[in-house]
Amino acid sequence: MAKPRAKLILIGHRLVQAVPTLIGIIIVTFLLTRALPGDPAVYFAGPTADAATIAQVRHQFGFDRSLPVQFWVYCKQLSTGDLGQSLSTGQSVAQELLARLPASLELTLTALLAAIGIAVPLGILAATRPDSWVDHLCRFVVTAGVSLPTFFTGLALIYVFYYQLGWSPAPMGRLDIQFISPPGITGFYVIDSLLAGDFETFRAAVGQLILPAATLALFTLAPIARMTRAAMLQTLAGEFVRTARAAGLSRGRVLMSYAFANALMPVVTTLGMVFSFMLGANVLVEKVFAWPGIGSFAIDALVASDYASVQGFVLTMAVLFVLLNLLVDIVYTLIDPRVGLAA
Amino acid sequence: MSSTVLPARGRPMLRHVKHVLRSNRMTTLAFGLFVMFVVLALVGPSLVPYDPLASSSAQSLQPPSGAHWFGTDNVGRDVFSRVVVATRLDMLISVSAVALSFVLGSAIGSLAGYYGGWLDRISGRLIDTIMAFPLFVLAMGIVAALGNTVINVVYATAIINLPFYARLARTEVMVRRNAGFVLAARLSGNRGLRILATQIFPNTLPPMMVQISLNLGWAILNAAGLSFIGLGVRPPTAEWGIMVAEGANYIVSGEWWLAIFPGVALMLAVFTFNLLGDGMRDLVDPQRRT
Repeated sequence: MAKPRAKLILIGHRLVQAVPTLIGIIIVTFLLTRALPGDPAVYFAGPTADAATIAQVRHQFGFDRSLPVQFWVYCKQLSTGDLGQSLSTGQSVAQELLARLPASLELTLTALLAAIGIAVPLGILAATRPDSWVDHLCRFVVTAGVSLPTFFTGLALIYVFYYQLGWSPAPMGRLDIQFISPPGITGFYVIDSLLAGDFETFRAAVGQLILPAATLALFTLAPIARMTRAAMLQTLAGEFVRTARAAGLSRGRVLMSYAFANALMPVVTTLGMVFSFMLGANVLVEKVFAWPGIGSFAIDALVASDYASVQGFVLTMAVLFVLLNLLVDIVYTLIDPRVGLAA
Repeated sequence: MSSTVLPARGRPMLRHVKHVLRSNRMTTLAFGLFVMFVVLALVGPSLVPYDPLASSSAQSLQPPSGAHWFGTDNVGRDVFSRVVVATRLDMLISVSAVALSFVLGSAIGSLAGYYGGWLDRISGRLIDTIMAFPLFVLAMGIVAALGNTVINVVYATAIINLPFYARLARTEVMVRRNAGFVLAARLSGNRGLRILATQIFPNTLPPMMVQISLNLGWAILNAAGLSFIGLGVRPPTAEWGIMVAEGANYIVSGEWWLAIFPGVALMLAVFTFNLLGDGMRDLVDPQRRT
């Protein structure tokens, strides 16, 4: 009876714990903008700005006042969702990022689901049959996954599947120009086109998505498969598994509801690190496939010395990372059979 | 089960190294590759057949041949020469970044682990804040803020690797803080910092070496990733990441050698350091073999 409540309290705790992290992130992104060598106002106003514009920017951001005051101004701007003006497009940075976020999320989430869907069974199989071909395959994938630069994997896949075999469409963004983007309901082209009942567009969108998602998934696969294998090996050697086997439970039952349920915990905890790698690799994959997400936006902004956009991007990614970790923490709390037993 | 303790010094250590190298072919391979990369980094520029920066429009975009082993790029530069020459820069960036984060990270971590208290709390908070960012994204932000130069890529890579060393040093120092030999050193009149530097810190080095080796591969990947998106190294400098980026435009038209060869070099370097790290873990901590 007390179990659901105990879990709710724990989830509340996790939410509260995220607050200092968020404050730390805001402080660091603030300091990053102020670490610009020279006059930050000149950087924010851009290379073409005249003296009057620079003075206006200086006043608007409070660069002419003390650091604590500047920080206060920064927080006030953040609370209204104001991330500044993008120099290269003239739009507000928040709008630019919001418009591109669905593209990045679609890519990242597809890759994550694919990676988990392949890595977990692979790890389990490798652990149940040590030194078999599955185990060797698992080891090979893990080693390759951590050694291959994502941008290199992406290019190799493009060469094989676009240039040599001609199976995949040109690696240019989310949708070929001959298609009109589906009505924006979720912002995910694959889902939106299905909702609109437009199967042509759906097929085109999936075709564009496969290679970048596979590139990202290959990179994400490695740590998950490695952890699953290690955790499964550990639980399979446990006495409770031996007992369950001796009691005559079926192989599948022992594997899934006894061994795997316990191996899941360390796997879920490594997901935090996986997200960190993944969000970074996402930027590189977007560049390789000309994917119009926030990573591509940030790279363009970097090249154009568009500082407000870069800072907005770093902040968005960090918040996304915190949210993903929070989600994992909550899922962890919900599935952990030990939580709530003591209460 | 008798755990193999790392022999102190001299012959037994050598024999142990030989045994590990012989029992694991992959480690031997990694060691050979490592030696190759070091040699290339040291003498590579004087070995290559062509000037890595010399362009010739008559020779542009030629596929691999006897004259140009890895072909030529869009302005007729020899890809093989560029890949070999790039070794030094790539190694230099990652080794200096890892050295920086090792020195700073182990200093912070050791002090935090030894003294605890507010020092531990502040450094812990700092490190948690770094880890709250996706690390590559933080590196992008740092380079953007400090300025787009190679030295800032080194700093950025050092900062994002710092947490790993600080955390490891902290745990390793903490478990030894009240060990017998530390108490003995304290009883014979040694003071805190001296004990930390001469008694505890040397004992944390074996696990730190494993971390360094595993980390070097990751540092190379990060630095190459940063130059791939146009940060740090500028053209026409030969560097693996930027060479892959330059060759990327030619992949779709079938000129694969521009991007693939530097990419393979990069992959091989990362692979070498990862294998070497695994091998070193076998040496240092035989019980944690995977």
